Amino acid sequence: MYLEMKKNYSKKLKSYPINRKPFWAILFLCFTSFPFLGQGNFTGNIESTFQYLNSDSVINAVQPASKGLMNSFMNVFYTNKGFKAGMRMESYLPRIQGYPNRFDGTGLGMRYVGYGNDFVEVTLGNCYEQFGSGLALRFYEDRALGYDNTLDGLRIVIKPRKGVQFKAVYGSQRLTFVSGSVVRGQGLVRGLDGEVHLNECFYKLNEFPLDITLGGSFVSKYQADDDDQLILPENVGLYGGRMKLQYKNVRLEGEYVQKEQDPSLDNGMIFNYGHAAVVNFGYSKKGIGFSFSAKSVDNMSFRSDRNKDLQDVFINYLPSLNKTHTYNLVATLYPYATQPLGEVAYQADFLYTFKKGSSLGGKYGTTLGLNASTTHRPIANGSNFNPLDSTGVTYVCKPFDKSDSLYWRDINVNVTKRVNKKLLLIFSYFNININNDVAKVSNDAIGIISSHIGVVEGSYKINAKHNIRAEFQGMFVRKVNGQINDKGNWATLLLEYTISPSYFISFINQYNYGNPDPLKKVHYPNITCGYIHESTRIMLSYGRQRAGLFCVGGVCRFVPANNGLSVSFTQSF
Amino acid sequence: MKNYCTLLLFLGISNLMLSQIKKDSIDARKVPSVQLKDINGKTHNTASLGFTGPVVISFWATWCAPCKKELMAIHDVYETWQEETGVTVVAVSIDDEKTKRDVITYANGKAWDYLVLLDPNSDFKRNMGVNNVPHTFLLDKEGNIVYTHNNYVPGDEEKLFEEIKKLSNK
Repeated sequence: MYLEMKKNYSKKLKSYPINRKPFWAILFLCFTSFPFLGQGNFTGNIESTFQYLNSDSVINAVQPASKGLMNSFMNVFYTNKGFKAGMRMESYLPRIQGYPNRFDGTGLGMRYVGYGNDFVEVTLGNCYEQFGSGLALRFYEDRALGYDNTLDGLRIVIKPRKGVQFKAVYGSQRLTFVSGSVVRGQGLVRGLDGEVHLNECFYKLNEFPLDITLGGSFVSKYQADDDDQLILPENVGLYGGRMKLQYKNVRLEGEYVQKEQDPSLDNGMIFNYGHAAVVNFGYSKKGIGFSFSAKSVDNMSFRSDRNKDLQDVFINYLPSLNKTHTYNLVATLYPYATQPLGEVAYQADFLYTFKKGSSLGGKYGTTLGLNASTTHRPIANGSNFNPLDSTGVTYVCKPFDKSDSLYWRDINVNVTKRVNKKLLLIFSYFNININNDVAKVSNDAIGIISSHIGVVEGSYKINAKHNIRAEFQGMFVRKVNGQINDKGNWATLLLEYTISPSYFISFINQYNYGNPDPLKKVHYPNITCGYIHESTRIMLSYGRQRAGLFCVGGVCRFVPANNGLSVSFTQSF
Repeated sequence: MKNYCTLLLFLGISNLMLSQIKKDSIDARKVPSVQLKDINGKTHNTASLGFTGPVVISFWATWCAPCKKELMAIHDVYETWQEETGVTVVAVSIDDEKTKRDVITYANGKAWDYLVLLDPNSDFKRNMGVNNVPHTFLLDKEGNIVYTHNNYVPGDEEKLFEEIKKLSNK
């Protein structure tokens, strides 16, 4: 009887795509009825962006057939004592410009139920998770980028005693969102992670001045062998350990993971092992901060489908080792993302605040920030290997063994100075070099794009509520063999007027005055205004937007040039 | 079948709306429970931070210029705020692994006195319904969210302080 029921049920599931199932409507009804059943807690948010785009032949912007475009999503989370549930509706009618091209329709994008207490936490359905620093496993979302590799399955966290935590995950990943329903990746992902904070775990170490945390992860993926030429490993493991030490103001942390043979589209179907290592040393106390980091990556693209590329079904996360910049010209023209096939990178970061009342600090204190990062190609020694032999191993690569081939270098200085109660000044300089042959950011550039960028920002407080702010940015791109590289020089002006707490209006103009093609010496003016009431925010912007890379964290997406109106609405509850 | 689904969805939405009315009149919103580490490695439960006075939770990131301006503006007047109202500021960084290591450098380099929590995979951000940063929440002594603001422009800290004073005068 039970079996029969089960059969019918699974049949039913198959015959209706996810958004049309009455099952989900019932779930939604139950879900929304919770407040009447008990004293639960609801949180959530909604975000909607609408674009109306014009054609603009000067910047090669094309009007979409539907003229209007809209992205929306809404999260609802419910908790009641130990019980929890959540869901997200998503809608792409059609997707806005630059958003990944496999999103369309309206439907349920995420849902889960779960229970937790001090000892155990269980989630069934979608979950987001990160093991250690993410080198082994990270399920993450960034709705602004359209990045979502959530795991659909089971997640369990057990805390047997204070300072000890075990996590287990089992499921498949989100790949795309087509016709209003989620399409999952082919592979299956299983992961185990343990972490011990010794000082919390052992009573005797509670007061010990050296703080020690140890951890380890094991992740395995399964995907059937779909190749008729090669015998592919169907189960691929990845494992590693991590450590974190802190002694007063000094801290040292590191993680090392190794990946088993994982021939994929990314690595050209080779049978090499892969590795990733991150080490971070830091010293900081009040008024001063310093950190130095090193990273080595080789053959570490790890996806639950070996045939995918771009940002699809990544299981792990390989953050690039450089500062995330915020000024328009610095952030969106030449950003760098990790090369998962291999790189060796270093970064140093320093921040110092001159005390109030000192000669350099002045009356309000001055802050100096220095940051430098480099990334090089690792040495992959293939001299003793025959790429055509049956092992499929093509080279050997030692951790932190770097070549002279530069991928990225960034040196930047920043001074923040409050002149008086009304005036704040920020001066910044950036020297950025990016290897466009490896980390492609432009179709017009050759070799290494070398640029100097200067930014002056001033903010003047007119009275308690009114404030005016301006940014002047200049980018100077070095010529290669006497020829202008990429799009040449740029200048940006930004003016912003704000009335606290509810209104703002800003104007930005980016001017590509150095473009070698006279027809492309174009202005990109844009005007934006907004209204904010507590957690509601409405924003309108109109104008030209240049093509560029839009990045959050280490993930970027390309947004083509456009011209038109954009309206966005966000609300939290 | 389609009509049936539409009806259920309609009922669900009206339920949500009704629950909103009920919520406003009876119980206020609380902070969901998420385990986060501070920059010194100590674990905190966001639902019971253990402060006696009002608490300001400010979501920020090292790559977010207005967020840093807000926390700097509060930093300049934090001592006065604490003396007058007993308020505690909790700065929740949503920096992911790429920039997480810069958080401690930045917070200490700026000589902040806040409790700085790390939310590298946005678990707390998601549960608090935060769309974008900066987003600031004010909690009363019982942990109810009494004021929120999703933006920062110079002067907003004055409005926040007015709301804090309303709480401490209660």
